[in-house]
Amino acid sequence: MSAVIERVAPLRWTAALLAALGLRGRTLVIAVPMLWLLIFFLVPFLVVAKLSVSEPAIAMPPYLPLVERDGARMTISLSFENFGYLFDDPLYIKAYFFSIRLAFFSAVLTLLIGYPIAYYIARSSEARRSVLLMLVILPFWTSFLLRVYAWQGFLRSNGVINNFLLWTGIIDQPLVMLQTNFAVYLGIVYTYLPFMILPLYANLVKLDEALLEASADLGGRPLPTFFHVTLPLSMPGIIAGFMLVFVPAIGEFVIPELLGGPDTLMIGRVLWNEFFSNRDWPTASAVAIAMLIALVIPIMILRTAQQRVEEE
Amino acid sequence: MNTPVPVATSKPWITGAEPPFIRISKVTKRFGDFYAVDDVSLDIYKGELFCLLGGSGCGKSTLLRMLAGFETPTEGRIEIDGQDMAGKAPYERPTNMMFQSYALFPHMTVEKNVAYGLYRDGMKKAEAMEKVAEMLRLVQLTPFASRKPHQLSGGQRQRVALARSLVKRPKLLLLDEPLGALDKKLREETQFELIKIQESLGVTFIVVTHDQEEAMTLASRIGVMNAGQIVQVGEPPEIYEHPNSRFVADFIGSVNMFEGRVTEDEPDYIRLGVADLGGSIYVGHGVSCVLDQQLWYAVRPEKIRISRTRPDKTENVFRAVVDEIAYMGNISIHRLKLPTGRLLSATKANLTRHDDEAITWGDEVWVTWDDTAGAVLTR
Repeated sequence: MSAVIERVAPLRWTAALLAALGLRGRTLVIAVPMLWLLIFFLVPFLVVAKLSVSEPAIAMPPYLPLVERDGARMTISLSFENFGYLFDDPLYIKAYFFSIRLAFFSAVLTLLIGYPIAYYIARSSEARRSVLLMLVILPFWTSFLLRVYAWQGFLRSNGVINNFLLWTGIIDQPLVMLQTNFAVYLGIVYTYLPFMILPLYANLVKLDEALLEASADLGGRPLPTFFHVTLPLSMPGIIAGFMLVFVPAIGEFVIPELLGGPDTLMIGRVLWNEFFSNRDWPTASAVAIAMLIALVIPIMILRTAQQRVEEE
Repeated sequence: MNTPVPVATSKPWITGAEPPFIRISKVTKRFGDFYAVDDVSLDIYKGELFCLLGGSGCGKSTLLRMLAGFETPTEGRIEIDGQDMAGKAPYERPTNMMFQSYALFPHMTVEKNVAYGLYRDGMKKAEAMEKVAEMLRLVQLTPFASRKPHQLSGGQRQRVALARSLVKRPKLLLLDEPLGALDKKLREETQFELIKIQESLGVTFIVVTHDQEEAMTLASRIGVMNAGQIVQVGEPPEIYEHPNSRFVADFIGSVNMFEGRVTEDEPDYIRLGVADLGGSIYVGHGVSCVLDQQLWYAVRPEKIRISRTRPDKTENVFRAVVDEIAYMGNISIHRLKLPTGRLLSATKANLTRHDDEAITWGDEVWVTWDDTAGAVLTR
């Protein structure tokens, strides 16, 4: 590699220039993702943070500038009213709790469904494993939006499921499934299942078969072996999968919007309404920032739990 | 063909005084077309430390796993203490196994690892802890009770694995390469510890190993396996001094093997013409063979004497030139070249710290061995 650089003149000059600036290969490699995060994560975050402390206005853009210059005077006006507003109106608090609860139970459901699937794949023969993993990832090949719309077709009163049940005579009136919390759970579990299965699979496939044999040899029947050996050893996978489902599910907007009813009070929908319907950008930004803060705590709890488990 | 082995009364495999404790009869294990274990029959007695010895892929581990219940025999029957093991899951068998990788539960402390089997049997905590403490004392791990496996050295892990597999006092303990992961010095120390523990508990041990020295040190009897079959069963000296085939002679220790034809066949001696030696070997005991039959003669390096002066005998005396000497400390291995070009290895104990007269490279020497020093092999 370095031999190539030495021989090609432009490369050599570039390398010399970078070296003069104190940049080495290692720094450059790190710099690319750092720059990416800086531009696409930190800068937008700062914009949102700035918006959240601005005052709303009926204007374009719909907020007052933070910094005003009047000749030699410079005024910085920070408004924390937007955050206070979140506590005044019970709607926001309710939406937060509803979102966290829904995300939590969705993650638990995904875990309960995903674990046996991941376990089965991990215990399959190697040839079969790759086929099964493909099937898990297959839904990603179609648009997520399309798949959620498809569920509408299944769940609506004259949808596939109701028509089938009416036809068999199990029910004589269509079930109300669409625009219920049930449909939201269904949508979230369906969409996020691969995010649970994959980390669990990655963990379970590493599980040393000899440990299971050792347990059986020492008198452990299959069920005690599972609870005393397999489950505790798959804890890092469980936590990773749980985080991958729980965290994005809190801010989920599309699924509750398309499948949920008016009582599905998810924070993502509230945010959308503030931003697009009310055109109250500062309040919407405050909602987003508050959600971030509310999320950081459960994430940190899960992270420390994960680290503790991994250390063992 | 071979001189008889002296009969001792404490050896049930000779006296037949008690029924075998483990009966493996006509057991075969097939994986597809591959015969991992091929028609093996073996009786093992109570309190034995039996070694299954063989190279990798010889079927010794498969046989062990069938005893533990991890594999089911394709054909044949395994009995432990009079009980047929067919259809019995590992957790229903009176056996415990010490795994080659130790298979310690990484998320449990030493104490919990050892107690695992006791808890699975529904033992109360107080009683279990007492047994665990006793077991940890036996393997000298008491100070490490609350450590996790990754905080232990290889030797300590090996002892945890041993304690865990012994705490339930199984009728039969199966050990898969129990000392394989230890370095040489630790292995030697642990061998004797293992024998001591086995004797003090009286548990029957079956040890799988590829290390013939380990088998020799540990075993009451050795079963040598090759290609899924047991080729010879016997006590260590019997296996070493009276191998029944070229495979066993070659596998255990090092050996000089000669191919020859019977030129004289008398009741009290035979003579083999060996082209490699450019002469003949005189065997000082009768062998059931016919004239001109092809036989093999195996003589171990330590049975061969080397000297500068011609030995005072006429049979089995050959000239040779020292080609190479490997100094091992306690012994030196001499590689000798015969006039026919055939190489011969002979060991010499280094009895003194310095020897001015020592045989050295290029020396012309005389080589000889006693007329009963080698084994005559028919296969």
